[in-house]
Amino acid sequence: MSYIEIDDVDLHYGGQLGAGDGTLALANATLSIGRDEFVGIVGPSGCGKSTLLKLISGLIAPTRGNVRVGGEDVKKPLKNIGMAFQNSTLLPWRNVRNNVLLPLEIVEPYRSQPMSAMSAKRKRADELLTAVGLAEFGDRMPWQLSGGMQQRAQLCRALIHEPSILLLDEPFGALDAFTREELWAVLQDLWMRRQCTVILVTHELREAVYLCDTVYVVSPRPGRIIASSTIPFERPRTLEMTFRSEFVDLVHTCRHHISSGNTI
Amino acid sequence: MSRPVLEKLAPWLATLVLLLLWQLAVMVFHIESFVLPTPLEAIYQIYVNRYALMVHGLATLGTTLAGFAIAVVFGLLLGILVGSFRLAYVSLYPVLIGFNSVPKAALVPILVIWFGVGTIPAVLAAFLLSFFPVLVNVATGFATIEPELLDVLRVLGATRRDMIVKIGIPRSLPYFFASLKIAITLSFVGSVIAEIIAGNNGIGNVMLIASSNFNVPLVFAALLVVGIMGVSMYALFAFLETRFTSWSVRGQGLDYATGG
Repeated sequence: MSYIEIDDVDLHYGGQLGAGDGTLALANATLSIGRDEFVGIVGPSGCGKSTLLKLISGLIAPTRGNVRVGGEDVKKPLKNIGMAFQNSTLLPWRNVRNNVLLPLEIVEPYRSQPMSAMSAKRKRADELLTAVGLAEFGDRMPWQLSGGMQQRAQLCRALIHEPSILLLDEPFGALDAFTREELWAVLQDLWMRRQCTVILVTHELREAVYLCDTVYVVSPRPGRIIASSTIPFERPRTLEMTFRSEFVDLVHTCRHHISSGNTI
Repeated sequence: MSRPVLEKLAPWLATLVLLLLWQLAVMVFHIESFVLPTPLEAIYQIYVNRYALMVHGLATLGTTLAGFAIAVVFGLLLGILVGSFRLAYVSLYPVLIGFNSVPKAALVPILVIWFGVGTIPAVLAAFLLSFFPVLVNVATGFATIEPELLDVLRVLGATRRDMIVKIGIPRSLPYFFASLKIAITLSFVGSVIAEIIAGNNGIGNVMLIASSNFNVPLVFAALLVVGIMGVSMYALFAFLETRFTSWSVRGQGLDYATGG
Protein backbone atom coordinates (compact mmCIF):
# COMPACT_ATOMS: atom_id res chain seq x y z
CA MET A 1 0.00 0.00 0.00
CA SER A 2 1.64 3.18 -1.10
CA TYR A 3 1.57 6.32 0.99
CA ILE A 4 2.70 8.87 -1.56
CA GLU A 5 1.50 8.43 -5.12
CA ILE A 6 2.62 10.54 -8.04
CA ASP A 7 0.55 9.56 -11.01
CA ASP A 8 1.69 10.57 -14.50
CA VAL A 9 2.58 14.12 -13.48
CA ASP A 10 3.84 16.90 -15.77
CA LEU A 11 5.17 20.15 -14.42
CA HIS A 12 5.58 23.14 -16.65
CA TYR A 13 7.19 26.38 -15.43
CA GLY A 14 6.22 29.69 -17.00
CA GLY A 15 4.82 30.36 -20.46
CA GLN A 16 1.70 28.97 -22.05
CA LEU A 17 1.23 25.24 -21.98
CA GLY A 18 1.54 23.78 -25.45
CA ALA A 19 2.87 27.06 -26.85
CA GLY A 20 6.42 25.77 -26.65
CA ASP A 21 7.74 28.45 -24.30
CA GLY A 22 8.52 28.05 -20.63
CA THR A 23 10.21 24.95 -19.26
CA LEU A 24 8.92 21.45 -18.92
CA ALA A 25 10.57 20.44 -15.66
CA LEU A 26 8.97 17.03 -15.18
CA ALA A 27 7.27 14.75 -17.67
CA ASN A 28 5.15 11.66 -17.06
CA ALA A 29 6.53 11.25 -13.57
CA THR A 30 5.04 8.23 -11.86
CA LEU A 31 6.22 7.23 -8.45
CA SER A 32 4.83 5.31 -5.56
CA ILE A 33 6.37 5.50 -2.12
CA GLY A 34 5.40 3.31 0.81
CA ARG A 35 4.85 4.51 4.37
CA ASP A 36 8.10 4.86 6.28
CA GLU A 37 10.09 4.10 3.17
CA PHE A 38 13.44 5.83 2.69
CA VAL A 39 13.55 6.90 -0.93
CA GLY A 40 16.35 8.54 -2.89
CA ILE A 41 15.95 10.64 -6.02
CA VAL A 42 19.15 10.99 -8.01
CA GLY A 43 19.84 12.61 -11.32
CA PRO A 44 21.85 15.33 -13.06
CA SER A 45 21.41 18.89 -11.88
CA GLY A 46 18.40 20.75 -13.21
CA CYS A 47 16.46 17.57 -13.84
CA GLY A 48 13.51 18.46 -11.67
CA LYS A 49 14.49 16.62 -8.51
CA SER A 50 13.69 19.53 -6.24
CA THR A 51 10.49 20.12 -8.19
CA LEU A 52 9.40 16.65 -7.21
CA LEU A 53 9.76 17.56 -3.52
CA LYS A 54 7.72 20.71 -4.00
CA LEU A 55 4.99 18.68 -5.71
CA ILE A 56 4.82 16.18 -2.88
CA SER A 57 4.66 18.88 -0.22
CA GLY A 58 1.99 20.76 -2.17
CA LEU A 59 4.13 23.91 -2.51
CA ILE A 60 3.40 23.79 -6.24
CA ALA A 61 0.59 22.10 -8.13
CA PRO A 62 1.22 19.76 -11.06
CA THR A 63 0.37 21.03 -14.54
CA ARG A 64 -1.09 17.63 -15.32
CA GLY A 65 -1.65 14.47 -13.31
CA ASN A 66 -2.24 13.78 -9.67
CA VAL A 67 -0.24 13.81 -6.45
CA ARG A 68 -1.77 11.91 -3.54
CA VAL A 69 -0.50 11.61 -0.01
CA GLY A 70 -2.23 9.20 2.36
CA GLY A 71 -4.93 8.61 -0.22
CA GLU A 72 -5.87 12.29 -0.56
CA ASP A 73 -5.15 14.66 -3.42
CA VAL A 74 -2.57 17.29 -2.54
CA LYS A 75 -4.17 20.64 -3.35
CA LYS A 76 -2.43 23.06 -1.00
CA PRO A 77 0.75 22.89 1.11
CA LEU A 78 0.61 19.93 3.48
CA LYS A 79 1.05 20.60 7.15
CA ASN A 80 3.43 18.82 9.43
CA ILE A 81 6.22 18.11 6.97
CA GLY A 82 9.90 18.31 7.82
CA MET A 83 12.25 19.91 5.33
CA ALA A 84 15.99 20.50 5.14
CA PHE A 85 18.06 22.13 2.42
CA GLN A 86 21.63 22.30 1.21
CA ASN A 87 22.19 25.77 2.60
CA SER A 88 21.46 26.29 6.23
CA THR A 89 18.10 27.91 6.81
CA LEU A 90 18.57 28.35 10.54
CA LEU A 91 17.34 31.69 11.84
CA PRO A 92 20.44 33.74 12.70
CA TRP A 93 18.71 35.61 15.53
CA ARG A 94 17.81 32.46 17.46
CA ASN A 95 20.18 30.16 19.27
CA VAL A 96 20.38 26.56 18.12
CA ARG A 97 17.84 25.24 20.62
CA ASN A 98 15.26 27.87 19.75
CA ASN A 99 15.83 27.17 16.07
CA VAL A 100 15.07 23.52 16.66
CA LEU A 101 11.95 24.50 18.63
CA LEU A 102 10.55 26.62 15.78
CA PRO A 103 8.20 23.94 14.33
CA LEU A 104 6.61 23.43 17.74
CA GLU A 105 5.55 27.09 17.68
CA ILE A 106 3.66 26.48 14.46
CA VAL A 107 2.42 22.90 14.28
CA GLU A 108 -0.61 21.77 16.25
CA PRO A 109 -1.10 20.42 18.88
CA TYR A 110 2.18 21.83 20.23
CA ARG A 111 1.30 25.35 19.19
CA SER A 112 -1.68 25.65 21.53
CA GLN A 113 0.01 23.96 24.43
CA PRO A 114 0.38 26.15 27.53
CA MET A 115 3.70 27.70 28.51
CA SER A 116 4.08 24.97 31.13
CA ALA A 117 4.80 22.49 28.35
CA MET A 118 7.84 24.54 27.41
CA SER A 119 10.33 22.69 29.59
CA ALA A 120 9.24 19.35 28.12
CA LYS A 121 9.73 20.80 24.64
CA ARG A 122 13.16 22.10 25.54
CA LYS A 123 14.05 18.69 26.88
CA ARG A 124 12.95 17.13 23.63
CA ALA A 125 15.04 19.59 21.62
CA ASP A 126 18.05 18.85 23.80
CA GLU A 127 17.56 15.09 23.35
CA LEU A 128 17.51 15.51 19.60
CA LEU A 129 20.57 17.74 19.72
CA THR A 130 22.34 15.13 21.84
CA ALA A 131 21.41 12.44 19.32
CA VAL A 132 23.17 14.35 16.55
CA GLY A 133 26.16 15.22 18.71
CA LEU A 134 25.29 18.82 19.46
CA ALA A 135 24.55 18.35 23.17
CA GLU A 136 26.57 21.37 24.28
CA PHE A 137 25.61 23.66 21.45
CA GLY A 138 21.99 24.46 22.27
CA ASP A 139 22.87 27.93 23.52
CA ARG A 140 25.18 28.81 20.64
CA MET A 141 24.14 31.03 17.78
CA PRO A 142 24.03 29.41 14.32
CA TRP A 143 27.01 31.35 12.98
CA GLN A 144 29.15 29.91 15.73
CA LEU A 145 28.63 26.44 14.25
CA SER A 146 30.50 24.83 11.39
CA GLY A 147 28.61 23.90 8.22
CA GLY A 148 28.27 20.27 9.27
CA MET A 149 26.95 21.25 12.68
CA GLN A 150 24.43 23.61 11.12
CA GLN A 151 23.13 20.74 8.99
CA ARG A 152 22.83 18.56 12.09
CA ALA A 153 20.79 21.29 13.74
CA GLN A 154 18.70 21.62 10.61
CA LEU A 155 17.91 17.89 10.74
CA CYS A 156 16.79 18.30 14.35
CA ARG A 157 14.49 21.14 13.36
CA ALA A 158 13.06 19.06 10.52
CA LEU A 159 12.26 16.19 12.88
CA ILE A 160 11.24 17.68 16.23
CA HIS A 161 7.52 17.80 15.41
CA GLU A 162 7.63 14.14 14.36
CA PRO A 163 6.52 14.73 10.79
CA SER A 164 5.11 11.87 8.74
CA ILE A 165 7.19 12.98 5.75
CA LEU A 166 10.75 14.27 5.74
CA LEU A 167 11.91 16.00 2.57
CA LEU A 168 15.65 16.48 2.15
CA ASP A 169 16.96 18.57 -0.73
CA GLU A 170 20.68 17.81 -1.04
CA PRO A 171 21.12 18.35 2.69
CA PHE A 172 24.81 17.37 2.66
CA GLY A 173 25.67 18.84 -0.73
CA ALA A 174 27.81 21.68 0.59
CA LEU A 175 29.82 19.59 3.06
CA ASP A 176 33.23 18.01 2.72
CA ALA A 177 33.37 14.25 2.11
CA PHE A 178 34.24 13.25 5.68
CA THR A 179 31.56 15.35 7.31
CA ARG A 180 29.08 14.13 4.76
CA GLU A 181 29.74 10.47 5.52
CA GLU A 182 29.49 11.19 9.22
CA LEU A 183 26.09 12.76 8.67
CA TRP A 184 24.85 9.77 6.65
CA ALA A 185 25.22 7.73 9.81
CA VAL A 186 23.53 10.44 11.89
CA LEU A 187 20.56 10.56 9.54
CA GLN A 188 20.23 6.78 9.36
CA ASP A 189 20.36 6.68 13.14
CA LEU A 190 17.63 9.31 13.52
CA TRP A 191 15.44 7.51 11.01
CA MET A 192 15.88 4.12 12.68
CA ARG A 193 14.84 5.57 16.04
CA ARG A 194 11.66 7.01 14.68
CA GLN A 195 10.66 6.00 11.24
CA CYS A 196 8.97 8.31 8.81
CA THR A 197 8.75 8.54 5.05
CA VAL A 198 11.93 10.16 3.81
CA ILE A 199 12.55 11.50 0.33
CA LEU A 200 16.16 12.41 -0.20
CA VAL A 201 17.16 14.37 -3.28
CA THR A 202 20.87 14.10 -4.00
CA HIS A 203 23.40 13.93 -6.78
CA GLU A 204 25.74 11.83 -4.68
CA LEU A 205 25.05 8.22 -5.70
CA ARG A 206 26.93 6.62 -2.81
CA GLU A 207 24.86 8.66 -0.42
CA ALA A 208 21.62 7.47 -2.01
CA VAL A 209 22.65 3.82 -2.01
CA TYR A 210 23.92 4.02 1.57
CA LEU A 211 20.79 5.62 2.99
CA CYS A 212 17.82 4.51 0.90
CA ASP A 213 15.50 1.57 0.52
CA THR A 214 14.75 2.52 -3.06
CA VAL A 215 16.67 4.80 -5.41
CA TYR A 216 14.94 6.42 -8.37
CA VAL A 217 16.98 7.79 -11.25
CA VAL A 218 15.67 10.87 -13.02
CA SER A 219 16.69 11.78 -16.58
CA PRO A 220 17.91 15.23 -17.65
CA ARG A 221 15.21 17.83 -18.30
CA PRO A 222 12.41 17.23 -18.82
CA GLY A 223 12.81 14.91 -15.85
CA ARG A 224 11.45 11.41 -16.30
CA ILE A 225 11.93 8.55 -13.91
CA ILE A 226 14.04 6.19 -15.96
CA ALA A 227 15.06 3.54 -13.45
CA SER A 228 14.68 2.38 -9.89
CA SER A 229 16.79 0.08 -7.78
CA THR A 230 15.87 -1.56 -4.53
CA ILE A 231 18.74 -1.52 -2.07
CA PRO A 232 18.78 -4.84 -0.22
CA PHE A 233 21.40 -4.20 2.49
CA GLU A 234 20.37 -4.72 6.09
CA ARG A 235 20.45 -1.82 8.55
CA PRO A 236 22.21 -0.27 10.22
CA ARG A 237 24.49 0.17 7.25
CA THR A 238 28.10 1.07 7.84
CA LEU A 239 30.71 2.94 5.89
CA GLU A 240 32.53 -0.38 5.65
CA MET A 241 29.70 -1.66 3.46
CA THR A 242 30.21 1.07 0.91
CA PHE A 243 33.42 -0.66 -0.15
CA ARG A 244 31.79 -4.06 -0.74
CA SER A 245 31.44 -5.13 -4.34
CA GLU A 246 27.61 -5.44 -4.16
CA PHE A 247 27.45 -1.84 -2.99
CA VAL A 248 29.86 -0.60 -5.62
CA ASP A 249 27.92 -2.53 -8.30
CA LEU A 250 24.67 -0.82 -7.30
CA VAL A 251 26.33 2.59 -7.45
CA HIS A 252 27.64 1.73 -10.89
CA THR A 253 24.22 0.61 -12.09
CA CYS A 254 22.74 3.95 -11.00
CA ARG A 255 25.55 5.84 -12.68
CA HIS A 256 24.99 3.82 -15.83
CA HIS A 257 21.29 4.74 -15.83
CA ILE A 258 22.13 8.41 -15.48
CA SER A 259 24.70 8.43 -18.27
CA SER A 260 22.46 6.43 -20.60
CA GLY A 261 19.67 8.92 -19.80
CA ASN A 262 21.99 11.65 -21.00
CA THR A 263 22.25 10.22 -24.48
CA ILE A 264 18.52 9.93 -25.12
CA MET B 1 48.41 56.18 22.46
CA SER B 2 46.70 52.83 22.04
CA ARG B 3 44.50 52.24 19.04
CA PRO B 4 41.11 51.90 20.85
CA VAL B 5 41.74 55.18 22.71
CA LEU B 6 42.68 56.84 19.45
CA GLU B 7 39.49 55.58 17.84
CA LYS B 8 37.41 56.96 20.73
CA LEU B 9 39.07 60.37 20.44
CA ALA B 10 39.16 60.51 16.63
CA PRO B 11 35.68 62.00 16.04
CA TRP B 12 36.30 64.74 18.63
CA LEU B 13 39.71 65.53 17.20
CA ALA B 14 38.35 65.66 13.64
CA THR B 15 35.61 68.09 14.72
CA LEU B 16 38.14 70.22 16.56
CA VAL B 17 40.45 70.33 13.53
CA LEU B 18 37.56 71.36 11.26
CA LEU B 19 36.54 74.16 13.64
CA LEU B 20 40.15 75.25 13.81
CA LEU B 21 40.44 75.38 10.01
CA TRP B 22 37.23 77.37 9.89
CA GLN B 23 38.54 79.83 12.49
CA LEU B 24 41.87 80.21 10.65
CA ALA B 25 40.23 80.66 7.25
CA VAL B 26 38.03 83.49 8.53
CA MET B 27 41.02 85.17 10.20
CA VAL B 28 43.47 84.72 7.32
CA PHE B 29 41.06 85.89 4.60
CA HIS B 30 39.59 88.70 6.75
CA ILE B 31 36.02 87.55 6.18
CA GLU B 32 33.45 89.84 7.75
CA SER B 33 31.41 88.26 10.50
CA PHE B 34 28.08 89.10 8.75
CA VAL B 35 29.29 86.94 5.85
CA LEU B 36 30.90 84.10 7.76
CA PRO B 37 31.46 84.35 11.52
CA THR B 38 34.17 82.41 13.24
CA PRO B 39 33.19 79.32 15.20
CA LEU B 40 34.19 81.15 18.37
CA GLU B 41 31.69 83.90 17.58
CA ALA B 42 29.04 81.27 16.91
CA ILE B 43 29.81 79.49 20.16
CA TYR B 44 29.78 82.81 21.97
CA GLN B 45 26.31 83.43 20.53
CA ILE B 46 25.20 80.04 21.86
CA TYR B 47 26.38 81.17 25.27
CA VAL B 48 24.72 84.60 25.03
CA ASN B 49 21.42 83.17 23.79
CA ARG B 50 21.61 79.96 25.77
CA TYR B 51 18.16 80.28 27.26
CA ALA B 52 16.36 81.08 23.99
CA LEU B 53 18.33 78.44 22.13
CA MET B 54 17.46 75.84 24.73
CA VAL B 55 13.75 76.64 24.64
CA HIS B 56 13.62 76.69 20.85
CA GLY B 57 15.99 73.77 20.53
CA LEU B 58 13.75 71.66 22.75
CA ALA B 59 10.73 72.78 20.72
CA THR B 60 12.47 71.66 17.53
CA LEU B 61 13.52 68.40 19.19
CA GLY B 62 9.92 67.71 20.24
CA THR B 63 8.60 68.52 16.78
CA THR B 64 11.25 66.37 15.13
CA LEU B 65 10.66 63.39 17.42
CA ALA B 66 6.90 63.62 16.93
CA GLY B 67 7.31 63.54 13.14
CA PHE B 68 9.92 60.84 13.43
CA ALA B 69 7.65 58.68 15.61
CA ILE B 70 4.84 58.89 13.07
CA ALA B 71 7.35 58.09 10.31
CA VAL B 72 8.59 55.00 12.16
CA VAL B 73 5.11 53.58 12.74
CA PHE B 74 3.90 54.43 9.24
CA GLY B 75 7.11 53.29 7.53
CA LEU B 76 7.14 50.04 9.50
CA LEU B 77 3.54 49.14 8.73
CA LEU B 78 3.72 50.10 5.08
CA GLY B 79 7.12 48.41 4.76
CA ILE B 80 5.68 45.15 6.09
CA LEU B 81 2.75 45.46 3.71
CA VAL B 82 4.88 46.27 0.67
CA GLY B 83 7.52 43.69 1.58
CA SER B 84 5.23 40.75 2.19
CA PHE B 85 2.46 41.18 -0.38
CA ARG B 86 3.56 41.18 -3.97
CA LEU B 87 0.43 43.00 -5.13
CA ALA B 88 1.04 45.79 -2.60
CA TYR B 89 4.62 46.08 -3.83
CA VAL B 90 3.67 46.24 -7.50
CA SER B 91 0.89 48.76 -6.98
CA LEU B 92 2.42 51.06 -4.36
CA TYR B 93 6.10 51.24 -5.23
CA PRO B 94 5.85 53.58 -8.26
CA VAL B 95 3.61 55.92 -6.26
CA LEU B 96 6.04 55.93 -3.35
CA ILE B 97 9.06 56.56 -5.56
CA GLY B 98 7.20 59.38 -7.25
CA PHE B 99 6.24 60.84 -3.90
CA ASN B 100 9.77 60.63 -2.61
CA SER B 101 11.03 62.55 -5.64
CA VAL B 102 8.86 65.54 -4.76
CA PRO B 103 10.91 68.16 -2.85
CA LYS B 104 9.29 68.22 0.58
CA ALA B 105 10.20 71.86 1.16
CA ALA B 106 7.76 72.65 -1.62
CA LEU B 107 5.02 70.92 0.33
CA VAL B 108 5.42 73.09 3.42
CA PRO B 109 3.39 76.04 2.02
CA ILE B 110 0.58 73.60 1.19
CA LEU B 111 0.73 72.19 4.73
CA VAL B 112 0.51 75.76 6.04
CA ILE B 113 -2.62 76.38 3.94
CA TRP B 114 -4.15 73.23 5.42
CA PHE B 115 -3.03 73.42 9.02
CA GLY B 116 -1.95 77.04 9.56
CA VAL B 117 1.40 78.35 10.75
CA GLY B 118 2.92 76.51 13.70
CA THR B 119 3.98 73.12 14.92
CA ILE B 120 1.75 70.85 12.83
CA PRO B 121 3.35 71.64 9.44
CA ALA B 122 6.78 71.10 11.00
CA VAL B 123 5.78 67.73 12.46
CA LEU B 124 4.33 66.69 9.13
CA ALA B 125 7.40 67.87 7.22
CA ALA B 126 9.64 65.84 9.56
CA PHE B 127 7.38 62.84 8.98
CA LEU B 128 7.22 63.23 5.20
CA LEU B 129 10.97 63.53 4.86
CA SER B 130 11.85 60.56 7.03
CA PHE B 131 9.34 57.76 6.50
CA PHE B 132 10.69 56.65 3.16
CA PRO B 133 14.02 55.13 4.28
CA VAL B 134 12.20 53.24 7.06
CA LEU B 135 9.67 51.88 4.59
CA VAL B 136 12.23 50.87 1.98
CA ASN B 137 14.53 49.19 4.48
CA VAL B 138 11.79 47.21 6.20
CA ALA B 139 10.39 46.17 2.82
CA THR B 140 13.87 45.07 1.75
CA GLY B 141 14.25 42.99 4.90
CA PHE B 142 10.98 41.27 4.11
CA ALA B 143 11.52 40.87 0.39
CA THR B 144 14.94 39.23 0.77
CA ILE B 145 13.84 36.38 3.02
CA GLU B 146 15.31 33.15 1.63
CA PRO B 147 12.53 31.31 -0.25
CA GLU B 148 13.64 27.99 1.27
CA LEU B 149 12.96 29.37 4.72
CA LEU B 150 9.42 30.28 3.74
CA ASP B 151 8.98 26.78 2.26
CA VAL B 152 10.07 25.23 5.55
CA LEU B 153 7.42 27.25 7.36
CA ARG B 154 4.72 26.73 4.76
CA VAL B 155 4.89 22.96 4.98
CA LEU B 156 4.51 23.23 8.74
CA GLY B 157 1.15 24.87 8.08
CA ALA B 158 2.33 28.37 9.03
CA THR B 159 -0.06 31.23 8.39
CA ARG B 160 1.06 34.47 6.78
CA ARG B 161 0.93 36.06 10.20
CA ASP B 162 3.32 33.38 11.53
CA MET B 163 5.75 34.15 8.75
CA ILE B 164 5.61 37.90 9.41
CA VAL B 165 6.00 37.55 13.17
CA LYS B 166 8.52 34.70 13.31
CA ILE B 167 10.62 35.47 10.26
CA GLY B 168 9.86 38.81 8.64
CA ILE B 169 10.02 41.16 11.60
CA PRO B 170 13.11 39.74 13.33
CA ARG B 171 14.87 39.44 10.00
CA SER B 172 14.20 43.04 9.02
CA LEU B 173 15.22 44.48 12.41
CA PRO B 174 18.83 45.21 11.37
CA TYR B 175 17.51 46.98 8.26
CA PHE B 176 14.97 48.82 10.41
CA PHE B 177 17.52 50.09 12.92
CA ALA B 178 19.91 51.12 10.16
CA SER B 179 17.09 53.15 8.64
CA LEU B 180 16.32 54.88 11.96
CA LYS B 181 19.75 56.50 11.92
CA ILE B 182 19.05 57.97 8.49
CA ALA B 183 15.45 58.85 9.28
CA ILE B 184 16.20 60.81 12.46
CA THR B 185 18.64 63.11 10.67
CA LEU B 186 16.15 63.63 7.83
CA SER B 187 13.48 64.45 10.40
CA PHE B 188 15.60 67.37 11.61
CA VAL B 189 15.90 68.61 8.05
CA GLY B 190 12.13 68.49 7.65
CA SER B 191 11.21 70.21 10.90
CA VAL B 192 13.83 72.97 10.60
CA ILE B 193 12.87 73.74 6.98
CA ALA B 194 9.21 74.01 8.00
CA GLU B 195 10.12 76.26 10.92
CA ILE B 196 12.11 78.53 8.62
CA ILE B 197 9.32 78.75 6.06
CA ALA B 198 6.37 78.96 8.40
CA GLY B 199 7.17 78.53 12.03
CA ASN B 200 6.40 80.60 15.07
CA ASN B 201 8.93 78.89 17.27
CA GLY B 202 11.80 76.40 17.08
CA ILE B 203 15.40 76.69 15.95
CA GLY B 204 14.35 77.30 12.35
CA ASN B 205 12.37 80.32 13.46
CA VAL B 206 15.38 81.59 15.45
CA MET B 207 17.46 81.31 12.27
CA LEU B 208 14.87 83.18 10.22
CA ILE B 209 14.68 86.07 12.70
CA ALA B 210 18.45 86.17 13.19
CA SER B 211 19.16 86.31 9.48
CA SER B 212 16.57 89.03 8.90
CA ASN B 213 18.51 91.03 11.56
CA PHE B 214 21.80 90.19 9.83
CA ASN B 215 22.85 88.42 13.06
CA VAL B 216 24.79 85.81 11.10
CA PRO B 217 26.73 84.51 14.14
CA LEU B 218 23.40 83.62 15.76
CA VAL B 219 22.33 81.81 12.56
CA PHE B 220 25.47 79.71 12.81
CA ALA B 221 24.91 79.20 16.53
CA ALA B 222 21.47 77.79 15.71
CA LEU B 223 22.97 75.58 13.00
CA LEU B 224 25.47 74.20 15.50
CA VAL B 225 22.66 73.43 17.92
CA VAL B 226 20.76 71.50 15.23
CA GLY B 227 23.94 69.63 14.32
CA ILE B 228 24.59 68.67 17.92
CA MET B 229 21.03 67.45 18.37
CA GLY B 230 21.27 65.43 15.16
CA VAL B 231 24.51 63.76 16.16
CA SER B 232 23.15 62.96 19.64
CA MET B 233 20.01 61.32 18.27
CA TYR B 234 22.07 59.43 15.71
CA ALA B 235 24.30 58.12 18.48
CA LEU B 236 21.25 57.08 20.48
CA PHE B 237 19.85 55.02 17.61
CA ALA B 238 23.25 53.57 16.77
CA PHE B 239 23.39 52.39 20.38
CA LEU B 240 19.91 50.88 20.18
CA GLU B 241 20.89 49.18 16.93
CA THR B 242 23.81 47.34 18.49
CA ARG B 243 21.67 46.47 21.52
CA PHE B 244 18.81 44.90 19.62
CA THR B 245 20.46 43.36 16.59
CA SER B 246 23.69 42.00 17.99
CA TRP B 247 23.06 38.72 16.17
CA SER B 248 23.59 40.40 12.82
CA VAL B 249 27.04 41.64 13.80
CA ARG B 250 28.77 38.33 13.83
CA GLY B 251 32.10 37.22 15.08
CA GLN B 252 33.49 40.46 16.49
CA GLY B 253 36.00 39.79 19.19
CA LEU B 254 35.01 36.16 19.28
CA ASP B 255 37.81 34.18 20.77
CA TYR B 256 36.71 30.66 20.05
CA ALA B 257 36.15 28.73 16.88
CA THR B 258 34.28 25.50 16.44
CA GLY B 259 35.00 22.55 14.25
CA GLY B 260 33.36 19.35 13.13
